[in-house]
Amino acid sequence: MRPAHPEVLRTEALGKSFTLHMQGGVTIPVLRDLGLTLRAGECVVLSGPSGTGKSTLIRSLYGNYRADTGRIMIRHGGDWVDLAHADPRVVLAVRRDTLGYVSQFLRVVPRVSTLEIVAEALTSRGTPPDEAKLRARSMLLRLNLVPHLHDLPPATFSGGEQQRVNLARGFIPNHPILLLDEPTSSLDAVNRDAVVELVAEAKAAGTAILAIVHDMTTRDAIADRLFHLTPLREAA
Amino acid sequence: MSEHLLSATGLHLSFGAIWALDGVDATLWPGEILAVVGESGSGKTTLLHVLSGRSAPDAGLVAYRDTEGVAHNVHAMPAPQLRALHRSDWGFVHQNPRDALRMEVSAGGNVGERLMAQGARHYGVIRESAIDWLRQVEISPSRIDDMPHTFSGGMLQRLQIARTLATHPRLVFMDEPTGGLDVSVQARLLDLIRTLVARLGIAVVLVTHDIAVARLLADRILVMRHGRVVEGGLTDQVLDDPQHPYTQLLVSSVLQA
Repeated sequence: MRPAHPEVLRTEALGKSFTLHMQGGVTIPVLRDLGLTLRAGECVVLSGPSGTGKSTLIRSLYGNYRADTGRIMIRHGGDWVDLAHADPRVVLAVRRDTLGYVSQFLRVVPRVSTLEIVAEALTSRGTPPDEAKLRARSMLLRLNLVPHLHDLPPATFSGGEQQRVNLARGFIPNHPILLLDEPTSSLDAVNRDAVVELVAEAKAAGTAILAIVHDMTTRDAIADRLFHLTPLREAA
Repeated sequence: MSEHLLSATGLHLSFGAIWALDGVDATLWPGEILAVVGESGSGKTTLLHVLSGRSAPDAGLVAYRDTEGVAHNVHAMPAPQLRALHRSDWGFVHQNPRDALRMEVSAGGNVGERLMAQGARHYGVIRESAIDWLRQVEISPSRIDDMPHTFSGGMLQRLQIARTLATHPRLVFMDEPTGGLDVSVQARLLDLIRTLVARLGIAVVLVTHDIAVARLLADRILVMRHGRVVEGGLTDQVLDDPQHPYTQLLVSSVLQA
């Protein structure tokens, strides 16, 4: 029998440090021997003071940072993939089908409209363009982005508006695993509530979520449990 | 598992005492965009010319797998066969569109010429296709009979792209395609390249000194210095978590807008 909430992500002895060649080759250890598991349908929020490596962990799990040691096991389709040692093409396939990520900042091609940016998250996975645009529009409206903004590129938007474009793009493909790095940091209460609602729906649909959230109200509203990170001392 | 479209192993090429390529390996998968970045003199343009068969290496092998799955040694190919490849399966986008376009032939003629070289003969069909391609690169079809010298730099670059893509190549080599253009024109061209390449499923080897261009377009990146690949991998990983001292220097030297 399969458990109702199977594991979908597991790190084993994950370690990450940065070597700064521009600063005389100093090495800064950030993560050491980290073991984290994430199950379908749960939301785990990373806790710990600033500088303990919460963002580094999220970025390592997405393959944006290169893990030095250990394994990052991700359930991808019917298989387990070790993202820490996977070929770039496999990492891209995992990101397309399994692993979503909402970063703190929006980074997009200039000139492309907001609607197209969000719709592309669907068309790149095979959804027909018309359906993708329709769903993108309704997702943007859920995040309270008014229709006249949809046809504009987000470059001139406020921080909060850009963050909502980023959220729309992150939530719309319904990835089985979603990583959120401070998704509500620039949002007002109304929009934070919209995000809480999106997270609840995603969890109900079986999505596993790992998040960094500093705002206590939002954290309490979405977290099933906390995963605490403690600071490492700098190596000599 | 599909196989490499292009693979290069052990490429060496010296110009006098200088190694332009000093043991370079590179692979490209079908539909993948690979950026090669580095400063002037790093060997990136030389690599592009060797990969595309335009220059021969002193040592090393470049293999191209055709639509039938047959691998060809690019530098052992008879010249007519290589030229045929450049007219059909491959395309080359130059930094200066004047190097690729025929300036004394109309815009439509420039696109139609590539189609005719591939065997198209029906005038109406060729003109229809030329109109369609001008539209795709956002040049008004009313300009079809105008000479390229009446076009702006950005339009010329878009015309070169239309000419290159009209024959539906599987693999396109691009040498600084946005170099020398105004920033606003660059953004438009980047968006265009990204959209067309994704829709047509074309594999691209893109040489650029502009890291922002590589980030927006490429799946994978190779960082070159002194004729060697010092670091390679997933584009966002190499740029956000660079491991090699030279890559760290390169990434930290980018001006933030």
